[in-house]
Amino acid sequence: MITARLDSEDDFDGWRAQCRGLLRLGAKPADVVWQVGAQRTDLFSNPDSKIAAAPIAVPKGFAELSRSVICHNDPARFGLLFQLLIDLKAGRRHMGDRADPLLRKLDIMAKTVRRDIHKMRAFVRFRRIEEEGDEHFIAWFEPEHHIVRANASFFIRRFGGMRWSILTPALSIHWDKNILLEGPAARKEDAPSQDAIEAQWKTYYGSTFNPARLKVKAMLKEMPKKYWHNMPETALISELIQSARNRELAMIEKEIAASVADTLATLQAEAGRCRRCPLFGPATQIVFGEGPERARLMFVGEQPGDQEDMQGRPFVGPAGQIFDAALAQAGLDRAQAYVTNAVKHFKFKPEGKRRIHERPNISEVNHCRWWLKREIEILQPDLIIALGATAARSLTGRNVAITKSRGSILESEEGVPVLVTIHPSYLLRLPDAEMAAQERRNFVADLMQARDHIEALQMAAT
Amino acid sequence: MSQIQISEKLAILADAAKYDASCASSGTSKRSSNKSGGIGSTEGMGICHAYAPDGRCISLLKILLTNSCIFDCHYCINRKSSNVRRARFTPKEVVDLTLNFYKRNYIEGLFLSSGIIKSSNYTMEQIVEVARSLREDHDFRGYIHLKTIPDADPELLEAAGRHADRLSINVELPTRAGLQKLAPEKSEERIEGAMGGLKEAILDGRDAKKKYRSAPNFAPAGQSTQMIVGADTATDSDIVRRANGLYDRFGLRRVYYSAFSPIPDASAVLPLQRPPLMREHRLYQSDWLMRFYGFAPHEVIDAAEADGNLPLDIDPKLAWALKHRAQFPVDVNAAPKALLWRVPGLGTKAVDAIVKARRWRRLRLEDVGRLTVSITKIRPFITAEGWSPGALTDMEHLRASVAPKVNQLELFA
Repeated sequence: MITARLDSEDDFDGWRAQCRGLLRLGAKPADVVWQVGAQRTDLFSNPDSKIAAAPIAVPKGFAELSRSVICHNDPARFGLLFQLLIDLKAGRRHMGDRADPLLRKLDIMAKTVRRDIHKMRAFVRFRRIEEEGDEHFIAWFEPEHHIVRANASFFIRRFGGMRWSILTPALSIHWDKNILLEGPAARKEDAPSQDAIEAQWKTYYGSTFNPARLKVKAMLKEMPKKYWHNMPETALISELIQSARNRELAMIEKEIAASVADTLATLQAEAGRCRRCPLFGPATQIVFGEGPERARLMFVGEQPGDQEDMQGRPFVGPAGQIFDAALAQAGLDRAQAYVTNAVKHFKFKPEGKRRIHERPNISEVNHCRWWLKREIEILQPDLIIALGATAARSLTGRNVAITKSRGSILESEEGVPVLVTIHPSYLLRLPDAEMAAQERRNFVADLMQARDHIEALQMAAT
Repeated sequence: MSQIQISEKLAILADAAKYDASCASSGTSKRSSNKSGGIGSTEGMGICHAYAPDGRCISLLKILLTNSCIFDCHYCINRKSSNVRRARFTPKEVVDLTLNFYKRNYIEGLFLSSGIIKSSNYTMEQIVEVARSLREDHDFRGYIHLKTIPDADPELLEAAGRHADRLSINVELPTRAGLQKLAPEKSEERIEGAMGGLKEAILDGRDAKKKYRSAPNFAPAGQSTQMIVGADTATDSDIVRRANGLYDRFGLRRVYYSAFSPIPDASAVLPLQRPPLMREHRLYQSDWLMRFYGFAPHEVIDAAEADGNLPLDIDPKLAWALKHRAQFPVDVNAAPKALLWRVPGLGTKAVDAIVKARRWRRLRLEDVGRLTVSITKIRPFITAEGWSPGALTDMEHLRASVAPKVNQLELFA
């Protein structure tokens, strides 16, 4: 029995030197015990050592294969490689014959090592700390095989301009932007326990995942669970899988609901979850349109006010009361019309206990136009009355001067006739009573024009 | 800009970008940051830094600069009329995110795309600025893939190619009719014109590099494209023909297929359900057959069924073999590579190993078995030392006996 010692688990040079000696001795693989220890004793430390150390010719591909296999964690690897070497020398096996059982076994071991090397490159996660005004990136990693030294050059190529350390249970390596230093075995606690950027990375991981395609097996094949505990993003996986199926089913159900029964009720339910612009935040609730689905006449205001926001219904505040009165005077029944707003959430400035109306900006109007479009598409009204400039702009897609355009028929982007008039709240703001009375009469006249328009259409249809 | 706002934007703009299939970070020139003081390397082979439960690899930070868009393409979640929340990154925010992720070894680099805002040129300028800043201000040597906008000025495409490893322009749909129906504002002529322009610039760049080592790089990882499968009526045969034409005419590195996913707020023109994921997989397999296994496009199309689509239950190579049984069995101890490539279940690596090993001895069935995943599928199609399939090759129920037993798990079967 011969004991062949090696410096470390991945001591390829030592293994090669020992093989040279063993070959010279004529040792059989079964006679050799391989030991990894601190001190290497060469088999031949006598005057002949130069001959012993002389290189031995090996077939092409053998060195590459054995360099990989040496990093494997199977204690039998040194012996298996030595066996192959002897068989190759004796012509019993050939490097070209990869269907040979021993070569196949070693090929698979080499592949396992290469994969472990690759996975380390992929799954090491650095955490950043500040040290002496410089950033230092530290990772804790537990490789399955003895690959850390073999992999160091990759991390140098990739993170050359960065100070980094990779800590493992067997050894640690440190790069200071110039030289690589090796340190002793480390513990997980030696690495930083967090990094603020990890939250962003998790956000990315969760968002780039497509719940419409669930292929958990494919994921596990490439990212086995043994790597998970050092990867922050894997904390999300079970939740993502659980919700994926529900999410897609809900999506399809929603689509089916929307496409088969495109009703104002389902639209309103959808709108209740709208987050297209920030106005949903401070508002109490959405104030959606109101009225029968068969309505031929549609009114579009600017946005809900304080009262509307509280009650969740359009035109119920002071301006709504003026609106109702004017409608009655013009001979129109509000219950027969559909009443809505260009913007569905109340925008305001808090002033003490009061909430002061604030005009929606163009972006908010545009975001909300999507809902208005769906309302128009479902309702298909004969005439839309734009109450005020915001409504007119939203409907027609351009700036409309109320004083110039009132009474004339424009066209909405969907091709529906639009009659422009003032917003009833304008009447509340007029300080001069006589002027207010006049404006009110004008407003009623506009509404009567709308009534005439609708009646003419109905006559034509019968 | 606070962290919370960045995270919110990231959620929106990563979500919006995830329908792009490509995540490749391979095939570019080798670069290293050792001794440069910079950051990043490319190694030839890309690295997948994580996998999502959808089975896809996460290699690049794949995001949009903005998901606002002036176009209204029906299949796209970011189309103008779609009810999604919009967000926009500044170029600096994208640069910082990329570097922060890269330094922690989360990614190989950046894949940046964008909805079109204001104008094609304006959008392209913003995209190019991100790449320029990464390369010039931060000496970033990682991978950059930029989605290019067909209508942008040639100077902008030139600048994009100088900084990026790969450029891509999506052809979007397999047929012109599909494009007209689903992306009325896009034109096949403009898309293909831009791809032709990129091809020339890439070739010129490569020529210059051969003559002068100092010549600037131009997209060393070439150009790729993507088309959506299952949103229009194109059959697999149509798709294979189109892909082949694109490879030939524009020297593409890859044609990616993206199975149409039902997207939130889908346009009513679209089907409600997605095509089987397996369809996308079969198309990739056919792509492989043409690129690595010596199959001509008409032979792949030949593997399709009467409706012009590839079978979903078996792979296209097996489908082709079952239709051409007269070509089998193939003798593993004598047949040339081109014939071995045709054997269902034999990959290119196994074929290489067989050809090498048979120089030393005659191979038996168990030798072939050691070199492949499963011998059951291969057995009827080969002869080996001590093995002849006999009547097996011509057996009527061969398809059933070699087809995989377990069907793909379909959420909506």
